[in-house]
Amino acid sequence: MKVLMKGNEAIAEAAVRAGCRAFFGYPITPQNEIPEYFSRRMPEVGGVFVQAESEVSAINMVYGAAGSGARVMTSSSSPGISLKQEGISYICAAELPCVIVNMVRGGPGLGGILPAQSDYFQAVKGGGHGDYRMLVYGPSTVQEAVDIMYEAFDKADKYRIPVMILGDGVLGQIMEAIELPEMVDIQTIPKKEWATDGTGVGESRRVINTLKIKPEVLEEVNNRLADKYKSLSKHEVRYEQYRTEDAEIIFVAYGTVARISKSAVDTLRDKGIKAGLFRPITLYPFPSDPLLSLSKLRSSKKFLAIELSMGQMVEDVRLAVNGNKPVDFFGKVGGIIITPDDIVNYVIKEK
Amino acid sequence: MDKSIIIAGFGGQGILSLGQMIAYGAIHSNKEVSWLPSYGPEMRGGTSNCSVVISEKPIASPVISSPDCLIAMNKPSMTKFLYSVKKGGLVLVNQSIINDEVARDDVDVIYVDTSNIAEEAGNLKTANIVMLGVLVGKTNIFTKESIENVIGEVFATKPKVIPCNITAFNMGYEIGVKNR
Amino acid sequence: MSVVYKKSKMLTNVPLNYCPGCTHGIVHKLVAETLEEINAEGNVIGIAPVGCAVFAYDFFNCDMQQVAHGRAPACATGIKRCNPDKIVFAYQGDGDIASIGTAEIVHAAARGENFTVVFINNAIYGMTGGQMAPTTLVGQKTTTSPFGRGKMQGNPIKLTEMLATLDGPSYLARVSVSDPANVRKAKKAIKKAFENQVNGKGFSMVEVLSTCPTNWHMTPVQALDFVKNEMTKVFPLGVYKDC
Repeated sequence: MKVLMKGNEAIAEAAVRAGCRAFFGYPITPQNEIPEYFSRRMPEVGGVFVQAESEVSAINMVYGAAGSGARVMTSSSSPGISLKQEGISYICAAELPCVIVNMVRGGPGLGGILPAQSDYFQAVKGGGHGDYRMLVYGPSTVQEAVDIMYEAFDKADKYRIPVMILGDGVLGQIMEAIELPEMVDIQTIPKKEWATDGTGVGESRRVINTLKIKPEVLEEVNNRLADKYKSLSKHEVRYEQYRTEDAEIIFVAYGTVARISKSAVDTLRDKGIKAGLFRPITLYPFPSDPLLSLSKLRSSKKFLAIELSMGQMVEDVRLAVNGNKPVDFFGKVGGIIITPDDIVNYVIKEK
Repeated sequence: MDKSIIIAGFGGQGILSLGQMIAYGAIHSNKEVSWLPSYGPEMRGGTSNCSVVISEKPIASPVISSPDCLIAMNKPSMTKFLYSVKKGGLVLVNQSIINDEVARDDVDVIYVDTSNIAEEAGNLKTANIVMLGVLVGKTNIFTKESIENVIGEVFATKPKVIPCNITAFNMGYEIGVKNR
Repeated sequence: MSVVYKKSKMLTNVPLNYCPGCTHGIVHKLVAETLEEINAEGNVIGIAPVGCAVFAYDFFNCDMQQVAHGRAPACATGIKRCNPDKIVFAYQGDGDIASIGTAEIVHAAARGENFTVVFINNAIYGMTGGQMAPTTLVGQKTTTSPFGRGKMQGNPIKLTEMLATLDGPSYLARVSVSDPANVRKAKKAIKKAFENQVNGKGFSMVEVLSTCPTNWHMTPVQALDFVKNEMTKVFPLGVYKDC
């Protein structure tokens, strides 16, 4: 039988089942159920939980733990994620695997505590200093968040990059019926030969270092990172299409907004309006190619990016569609959630 | 067929837990379900509401524009949500603290004196469970037995309160059946 | 022929890049000897800070992590919690530990994290070219306190004394390496700080008063005298906590 779980708690349990045995974090709404859950759960599985003195410390604890080979994660919400940017830049430079959850709330500044998608730029374009990216997922349901979290640590290990789960307040607070995956046997997780696990001496000594003082060495690092991101674009792009085959108006939305848009698609179809939904699941790498293909269909007349922001992902949609069709934007901010009727009414009004 | 329910009232009236019991009921009946709470500063002492969507298929929007059913436990909730209820929808009114009549004639309304019934059942705190009974009795979304099981599970750590909750649920259920 | 002196095997063969007269080298030697004496070879993870000692990752013959400015105690927490059987040490300078990373060191100490911190206090930012540090003496001239550290520029932060007010730490000491007798005392303190970790006694930190002849604009001998005559007045040597 399925279990009823809150998004935040389900994500934490999925991480444990994926073999995560270390969590470092700091309280901030609306993600507090994640550290709270780990504080109870980690002792049961012999894992580590530390409530750090700040987000800055938490991400650096992640750096240390990841560097020593641990399966490790942290979670926060927007203002806290801003504080973590220094650490994330270092983690990317040192090519350390970890998972970071951002249950986005409205900003800028302290903002509010209600759902938002206004950290899209920060998540997919870098966020901290230097040329780097993360593998960023925007799960839409609790089940999808669980499934993505379950795979996230393997992806992080494979590419030696941080994986970010970009949720929002709704995803964290909603309860849904879900199936939890099996517990991974942590003995089966491949050993990280590069990790500073303390056994190194002389030739076998390992150094984790982000200082590349010689220009040609730093250039090489940047090139290697760029190759990694190319590889992500080739192998890790994920998206979902819903009733787009003959759609005249195609919504582009991710996360909670995508599932709300899906209801709007059905309502509009009932009213005789051919709507469809393109839902990026990976936000970086962004599924540009399939969007481009849609924009070349004769049936597609218009794209509408829908976000809980003033318009961030819409820029990537425009780049992908490349002028083939008009791209409009509909958004709400301040923590006010878009309802299916809002979308339906907007489409009818604009028609 | 989707069923969307908004439950709203004061914090402390068991609004969120009533929603969760409905969600558990859905799981017991092998249905898909989403439970979305309002969260924020209003959580403490102010108004509280949650949206529950039950479906045979995976839930698309957990955010409800117009619910099939509103359970209004206090007057501000009634004012806020009444006009969003679908035509032909159902409104359960907590008569114990809402004196007004529902000013719509295109919805099905049941007035429930939850406080008195809960007291009769043995515990004033079961007012929310009375409403759960009315909902299930009226709509038959779940079997009576499945909810009795849910009550047993939810209160497993406080077995003393199970009997009065079952009684409250049954009393509400009868009201629901009578109003079918 | 008998061997009278040998470089510790816990140092690599990479030549140290420190300025002539800088005492980083002495402290590196003391740490390396200690690691060797407690038989930690093949069981150590060290942390290099941001500052002159950033290149420590090249010098210690063990697994090393170079980390963000001031964050060494946080990184060390992550490492040690996930590898409780390994010897973990953070090597930090004054700007790193007592300015940008104040929160990290205070809270690692408060939690009583079971690792060792070696804190080099030379009262200046060395690597960036001699700016005022949190431990710069009142009246001391630096490139950002050209008239001498004065009013409203802060007073020297006595980190060891600060941490001694906490219940978390096990061992806190301030030593100097200004002459052979003090070097021997420093060695003793550093060894105790590592042995505490081996014995699971929790957080230990040794502050070492150090020189920076280059940025102090002194000869090495003048610099050693400055430590002895001026710095120890503001930063008295001694054991501040031992339990």
